[in-house]
Amino acid sequence: MDSLYLLIPLSVALVLAILAVFGWALHGGQFEDLESEAERILTEEDRPLDSDQASGKSPREQSRDLI
Amino acid sequence: MASSAATSTPAAPRRATDGVYNDTAVRLFALAAVVWGVVGMLVGVIIAAQLAWPQLNLGIPWLSYGRLRPLHTNAVIFAFGGSVLFATAYHVVQRTCQTRLFMPGLALFTFWAWQLVIVAAAITLPLGLTQGKEYAELEWPIDLLIAVVWVSYAIVFFGTIGTRKVRHIYVANWFFGAFIIAVALLHIVNSVAIPAGLFKSYSAYSGVQDAMIQWWYGHNAVGFFLTAGFLGIMYYYIPKQAERPIYSYRLSIVHFWALIFTYMWAGPHHLHYTALPDWAQSVGMVFSLVLLAPSWGGMINGIMTLSGAWHKLRDDPILKFLIVSLSFYGMSTFEGPMMSIKTVNALSHYTDWTVGHVHSGALGWVGLISMGALYHLIPRLFGRTAMFSVKAIELHFWIATIGIVLYIAAMWIAGVMQGLMWRAVNADGTLVYTFVESVKATYPYYVVRLVGGLLYLTGMLIMAWNVVMTVRSGKAVAAPIPVVAAAHA
Repeated sequence: MDSLYLLIPLSVALVLAILAVFGWALHGGQFEDLESEAERILTEEDRPLDSDQASGKSPREQSRDLI
Repeated sequence: MASSAATSTPAAPRRATDGVYNDTAVRLFALAAVVWGVVGMLVGVIIAAQLAWPQLNLGIPWLSYGRLRPLHTNAVIFAFGGSVLFATAYHVVQRTCQTRLFMPGLALFTFWAWQLVIVAAAITLPLGLTQGKEYAELEWPIDLLIAVVWVSYAIVFFGTIGTRKVRHIYVANWFFGAFIIAVALLHIVNSVAIPAGLFKSYSAYSGVQDAMIQWWYGHNAVGFFLTAGFLGIMYYYIPKQAERPIYSYRLSIVHFWALIFTYMWAGPHHLHYTALPDWAQSVGMVFSLVLLAPSWGGMINGIMTLSGAWHKLRDDPILKFLIVSLSFYGMSTFEGPMMSIKTVNALSHYTDWTVGHVHSGALGWVGLISMGALYHLIPRLFGRTAMFSVKAIELHFWIATIGIVLYIAAMWIAGVMQGLMWRAVNADGTLVYTFVESVKATYPYYVVRLVGGLLYLTGMLIMAWNVVMTVRSGKAVAAPIPVVAAAHA
């Protein structure tokens, strides 16, 4: 079964790659505060994302300035 | 009809166009999906009719079943399904990353090049030009073009992720990302071939090696193209349409990692009782059974998103599409592992049960979730709050659902009957039935299946009419990126 000599190493390499990405996501803080991330897609149209990025104006005012 | 963000606001200052999403490719792919849906399902109906009445090939080689069948599968999977995936991935990645598409010109290139792939398939397959690999029939020059499109798709998608304005990567993007990477890998490994002329090539693998590679590709295409990609759609459009967050975001993350860690080795279940070593067949069976857990976790997560708001299902036909698609996802991801058990497979394999199983996933899961997502997406892309006719969506839903039920019930009965007839032996060891007797017995079920397919196609035509009316009465408007992100653009 020569083809397995291709497919099995490929799978092992993939699993290691997936593990590495998972580790990055875990330690990079991707899984912190999941509840608010689930909510965000529902409110993303008119809400500042991160307080440190927000300026004094309300999102709607800024929106009018830009468009 | 599908003017770009830039052309719809020609006099606007540059900064304003920077502050809007780039939806040109999204619009084009969404409309192309509807067109290819109609075409692909029409070809499906034609070949379903040919199975009941073979003389319908009219003696013309280009219209024979063997050539139209790959045309049908390529059209519905890669033209319809592919266009839906391009449209939704480009839409979702911009919204969840709150940034414009990375290299929008390259996104437009993926649209036109993908249409070229589809047209090339529609010409070469009826001519009988094929590599003979199921779901990978296209000859090597087209395969090369697919690879180029796919790499471009990956650059646009991951480039957008890389330039995101939101630190968190929403779960739908993980599914889309895994789908894009896996399909590139599968396509390239399976399509390695030695050309013997412009339209002829020989696979780099042979015999059972080729079969193993082919079904490693084939089942992972189901897993990543038809499952992971559409799960990305599910995790964005169900919460958006229901206006509720996903039931458990934590579970969605477990769903993703469990699915991609365990999917890769289900393929050998397509090769039970063949020359493939027994242990490899058993590995395929075990991995297929394991897949039941993450699949059902995801299905429950999606459906329970409506927990406490079930009334929305009664009032909103788009949610009907999205939620019922998940129940078909649950059905086919239960049926699949069962059919991968060797003893069950001994009865089901090579019968129409397999065809019924595939279509419960294809019509029920992939088809319905695609239509639901398109009904959510298309009005928004053309500056409307809803489709032209909400009643027509409701009608489409019921016609399509009845069509699916007729289709899969007919194929279940036909498949089990065929399996039982083929294995029936007399006391002296001879077969009770000849093969042609099983074909004859299947005839009424082929007719019922055709009726189911016709209903499903009718629903798609209603959708096409509704989309035309929506686009004609709306106009392409650029959607602003939320302001904080824009200020940093």
